[in-house]
Amino acid sequence: MSRFDAGDRVRVRDAWPEAEGPAHIRTPHYLRGREGIVLRPLGRFRNPEDLAFARPAPHIPLYHVRFPQDAIWPENQPGDEFLVEIFEHWLEAA
Amino acid sequence: MKLTEMPTDRLLEGFQALLLRKGVVTGAALEQSDATMQAASPARGAAVVARAWTDAEFRARLLADGTAAVEEMGIFLTGAPPLGVVENDDAVHHLIVCTLCSCYPRALLGYPPHWYKSAAFRARAVRDPRGLLQQEWGTELPAGTRLRVVDSTADYRWMVLPRRPAATEGWDAGRLAALVRGTDLIGVTIPAA
Amino acid sequence: MLPEEAPARAHHDMGGVSRFACEPVDKSHREMTAFDRRVDALRQVLGATGLFSTDEMRRGIEGLPPDVYDRSSYYQRWLFSMVTVMLEKGVITEAELRSELAA
Repeated sequence: MSRFDAGDRVRVRDAWPEAEGPAHIRTPHYLRGREGIVLRPLGRFRNPEDLAFARPAPHIPLYHVRFPQDAIWPENQPGDEFLVEIFEHWLEAA
Repeated sequence: MKLTEMPTDRLLEGFQALLLRKGVVTGAALEQSDATMQAASPARGAAVVARAWTDAEFRARLLADGTAAVEEMGIFLTGAPPLGVVENDDAVHHLIVCTLCSCYPRALLGYPPHWYKSAAFRARAVRDPRGLLQQEWGTELPAGTRLRVVDSTADYRWMVLPRRPAATEGWDAGRLAALVRGTDLIGVTIPAA
Repeated sequence: MLPEEAPARAHHDMGGVSRFACEPVDKSHREMTAFDRRVDALRQVLGATGLFSTDEMRRGIEGLPPDVYDRSSYYQRWLFSMVTVMLEKGVITEAELRSELAA
């Protein structure tokens, strides 16, 4: 059912829907286009991008994904990580 | 009608009166909701942590499914998003933030503190988080500990299970719970005996 | 590329934003006011009735103009979002709200 498993390398889509009109997105800007590793799948949840506008919202797999901090902000300490919930439609295999 | 230019006390009063008059909400439901929030507090989180420190099987269940584990303790998070618990150990320290809004395990811990919702905390917790911990809370991580910043973006609400402080062997859960502050459960501070 | 060079960060999407890099965190305790508690309770009850999802609430806040977002308190933002979404969904009408406010 889910496309990714723990340990898979993934990349967050470098997409900016908020530039194209009203949007509600739970993928923080600083992770767009970044590579990470799936820590674990977190289950399936209704797509917040639809819920926000009271549209029918399909259930989508959600993952906890780790990202190295210093790849995003080089002054952050090497080895430190971000751990963020990302929906499957924002991820591609890396 | 320009809502954002109205006096907000007046707007709230009118909005609430209208919802009550139309039967969209009831006074009893509002009172019930307020009472539920008054019952939530960091002390409840501290009791959960102390139980995990003294009961290895409970600890495992808490890390696997936070909501189910706290419900065993008679704390019901009805209607709330699932509670996730991340454990600090020798290798990793967790810090919780919500950079997009203010997601917080409020059903367990109560209203989020003012600082947690502030732009400064939300911005700085991902950019120079070690500096933030050191400058604002005097928190230094032990050498060799990685910092994992949990940005709470979606459908879980995350709480930290801190490391049990040294020199607390033989302490019971009540005595241990008294060591744990709300800030320890978000990872901006580290409990000590 | 550093995140601050990103094409289209939304105002509420505050992770790492340079403007706050040197801003101290106000750690003083703020007691919930009567206003805050009423807004909070209304939001929970509307959520429980299925009329107001967490994401509708978030979207209503994110839709505030940046200057309104910045100058409003946390629970004022919630109130603006709630009223806006309830009007938008026809749970209440502007005429009803207007007459209630005039009463």
